[in-house]
Amino acid sequence: MNSNSKRLIFGGLILSFFVYSYFVYTSGTDNDKGVHLINEQSKRGKLLFQNYNCTACHQIYGLGGYMGPDITNVISAKNKGPVYAKAFLQGGTPRMPNFHLNEKEIDELIAYLTYIDKTGISPIIDFKINYDGTVGQK
Amino acid sequence: MMEQLVKNEKKKKEIGIVFILLALISLIGGVFFGSISALQFIIPDFLNSIPFVKSRPLHVSLVVAWIFLSSIGGIYYYLPRYCNLPLFSNKLPRIHFWIFLFTGVIILTCYIIGKFGGREYWEFPPILAIPIFISWILFGFNYFKTVFKKVGQWPVYLWMWGTGIFFFLFTFSESYLWLFPYFRDNIVRDITVQWKAYGALVGSWNMLVYGTAIFVMERVKGDESVAKSKLSYLMYFLGFTNLLFGWAHHIYIVPSAPWIRYFAYFISMTELLILGKIIWNWKNSLSEAKKDFHIISYRFIVASDIWVMLNLALALVISVPAINIFTHGTHITVAHAMGSTIGINTMILLASCFFLIGDITKHQFQLQHRKIIKSGFWITNIFLMIFWLSLLFAGAEKGKLIVEDKLSFQEIMQNISPYLTVFTISGIGMFIGLLMVIFPALKAIKTYLLN
Ligand code: HEC
Ligand code: HEM
Repeated sequence: MNSNSKRLIFGGLILSFFVYSYFVYTSGTDNDKGVHLINEQSKRGKLLFQNYNCTACHQIYGLGGYMGPDITNVISAKNKGPVYAKAFLQGGTPRMPNFHLNEKEIDELIAYLTYIDKTGISPIIDFKINYDGTVGQK
Repeated sequence: MMEQLVKNEKKKKEIGIVFILLALISLIGGVFFGSISALQFIIPDFLNSIPFVKSRPLHVSLVVAWIFLSSIGGIYYYLPRYCNLPLFSNKLPRIHFWIFLFTGVIILTCYIIGKFGGREYWEFPPILAIPIFISWILFGFNYFKTVFKKVGQWPVYLWMWGTGIFFFLFTFSESYLWLFPYFRDNIVRDITVQWKAYGALVGSWNMLVYGTAIFVMERVKGDESVAKSKLSYLMYFLGFTNLLFGWAHHIYIVPSAPWIRYFAYFISMTELLILGKIIWNWKNSLSEAKKDFHIISYRFIVASDIWVMLNLALALVISVPAINIFTHGTHITVAHAMGSTIGINTMILLASCFFLIGDITKHQFQLQHRKIIKSGFWITNIFLMIFWLSLLFAGAEKGKLIVEDKLSFQEIMQNISPYLTVFTISGIGMFIGLLMVIFPALKAIKTYLLN
């Protein structure tokens, strides 16, 4: 393999990467089923989620630490919901710290969780497996 | 230690070694906090002053620092000594080092006082990304200014290191796109771009590490043709393609456009070729090395080869969406992450550290040290195997309990707690094994720096 063909392959890969990145940033991620729930409160909730490092223990869409449960759908899960989630934020548990959040912060976190809940499902429990190894949601 | 560093600064010792010193210290710290966070899984009240929210980022950031510092130290050391490429600047690496150390100390302080604000893996306040970015610019500038002087054909590791540095800068910046509301507000876009960046970021540190592996292999074997062969380049381009396009296997369940997932699935499967090649080469790579001279490095490289096989096989399996649906969000992901960072990256980087230490001590490592390192090597690897398997079992059990039995989180944790106990105990065993490997190395470096 001579230097020119190496440069050519390298250049080709980089170029496709930038084109591909453009589509990932735009049409690839445009679909947001929860868009009507994005508001100032939920946006602040998101930053709080980062400031308190909730990800260290919780997953959203399965991504995060594993000390605590996935909370993507805690707002709509059977026997759970905003009041249930609030209880955890107010008092903590033996495993989850009490962050001594004020009412406003709790409402913002709940608004954020409410938004996330509408965007999709995690973990996916009802699915069908296709012959090529891909998965379809029921 | 600080004192020593300052003294060394005055004597202008080899900067690569100073990076390695800091790297080894970070590794000890990182594994220490890893052991604490594992203990907190089974004893929630363990060490209340550094709870899990803090111990986890301390662990992850310190071990990531180990990977970067030891790769960088190796590159600074090898370029002038072995590649016939004197550094463009000898001053920039020193500035690089002090920025790294200074920022690192601030980051650790932020974690300890509970000041977060970033995201998984970079949990520190985002402003601290600026000095990190600047330090990489200095590194990249110096690197490219140095290697572009090379005439004739490049060994593949020069390409790999360059790719690693360039893509670190790109993906590190990309991982901060969330600072713009366009990316931050829509969670689907936010998570997708975050993991796009992280996937390629891990790919770029792997470029640094695998480049180092090829370099060390070449030296241990005493055969310089491998690193220039056509096959090495094909493997490099295949790895690069995966770095660029394979990341979406982390986010199969995020509701982004389906083409993102199908494409990643397809690209991920091309790694089968790499796996096949490794198994094919397996026997040959064992025989002809200049083993005796670099026996410690050689051992770590052989271990990394075995871990590459196991972890690549695991990675391939969990990249199939039909399997990922069970394993995603379980400890199987942790097995994949730590299996690769410890089994592959750490083994390679330790091989590189010992290669380098062999160099500065003129192979005068005492017999007694060799014995301790050898025992440490075995203890680390045996416990790593138990550690890895216990995570796999814990993850498989959790996946089954969620999808098939639909149990609650508390019930699941109860069911998998025996595995997590084994995980924790083997983690502590691994910590001890690593200390046995690292202490003699630190001692050798200390002797070098003080003389
Ligand atoms: C140290 C780990 C840890 C941190 C940090 C943490 N949590 Fe938790 N959280 C848990 C655990 C563990 C549970 C499950 C209850 C239990 O076993 O104690 C839980 C439960 C929850 C639940 C109920 C979930 C369900 O489905 O039952 C919500 C909601 C929640 N946490 C939100 C948060 C938010 C928001 C933050 C950040 C402000 C946060 N948690 C930070 C560990 C943590
Ligand atoms: C004594 C040995 C170690 C122990 C006990 C340990 C323990 C842990 C624990 C408890 C976690 C958190 C998992 C969770 O969030 O649920 C973790 C994560 C992680 N560790 Fe370690 N660790 C050890 C060594 C290492 C080493 C040497 C490296 C790399 C060089 C490493 C790399 C990582 C990475 C990358 C993660 C993030 C994984 C993820 O998010 O999926 N660990 N470790």
